[in-house]
Amino acid sequence: MGAGTELGRVRGLGAAKDGVHHWWLQRITAIANIVLMLWFIFSLVRLPSLDFASVTLWLRQPVAAVPMLLLIVSVFWHFRLGVQVMLEDYVHGQTRVVAMLALNFYALAGAAAAVFAVLKIALGAA
Amino acid sequence: MAGRPTSPNPSRPLSPHLSIWKWQVHAIASITHRITGNAMALGAVVLFLWWLLAAATGPAAYAIFLAVATGWFGILVGIGFTWVFFQHLCSGVRHLIMDTGQGYGLPISRATAALTFAVSILLTIVTWAVIYFHKGF
Repeated sequence: MGAGTELGRVRGLGAAKDGVHHWWLQRITAIANIVLMLWFIFSLVRLPSLDFASVTLWLRQPVAAVPMLLLIVSVFWHFRLGVQVMLEDYVHGQTRVVAMLALNFYALAGAAAAVFAVLKIALGAA
Repeated sequence: MAGRPTSPNPSRPLSPHLSIWKWQVHAIASITHRITGNAMALGAVVLFLWWLLAAATGPAAYAIFLAVATGWFGILVGIGFTWVFFQHLCSGVRHLIMDTGQGYGLPISRATAALTFAVSILLTIVTWAVIYFHKGF
């Protein structure tokens, strides 16, 4: 492998074999999202009220807190994969690297904050 | 984008050209899937985080969220994202079915694309009708 052009360095190596994994994870999280999001909307609509007491009382139950944690992981993972595809189509060069870094930080920090919030409520600290 | 070209003889085929094409319902469903998905990732997710973190912070922080969410603008955004979600869901299910190799014929592809819009609008109306009659907002 020489230090030639960008194309020359990768020619003959074949695909990185990462595309199928990305595609498959997007489908797995999509199917999980169908179940978890319909549960989430159904649960919110069914709550007597969306005030502080109703929401925190609801999230204290394991039957609500556990699906919420699964929902956060599945939804944040799914949108991280989806936004990546959008960025790959519309953003090019160095800007894309910055955009992808920003996306990863946003998805990971957001998921961490959401998981922490659910745990804090569920474990009775809020 | 240029308009549809005219030919002296309408029965003659027109050469395909990248900048001359007609919007069709499956193309609209496709780009809508991308727009709704990214709108939720960059918009609804932020509202979701605000809601959860406010609930984890305490009653005072949550009261601010609830006041905004139940105001007319908050409800408008809520109805909007409800449709955005259901549209992405219906279109996503269509994608999952097409992933199995089915539904690629022109009539069926057109029909299922139109169906995603019909079902998403219906589900949005049903959801908010239930919320309205259940709670009165």
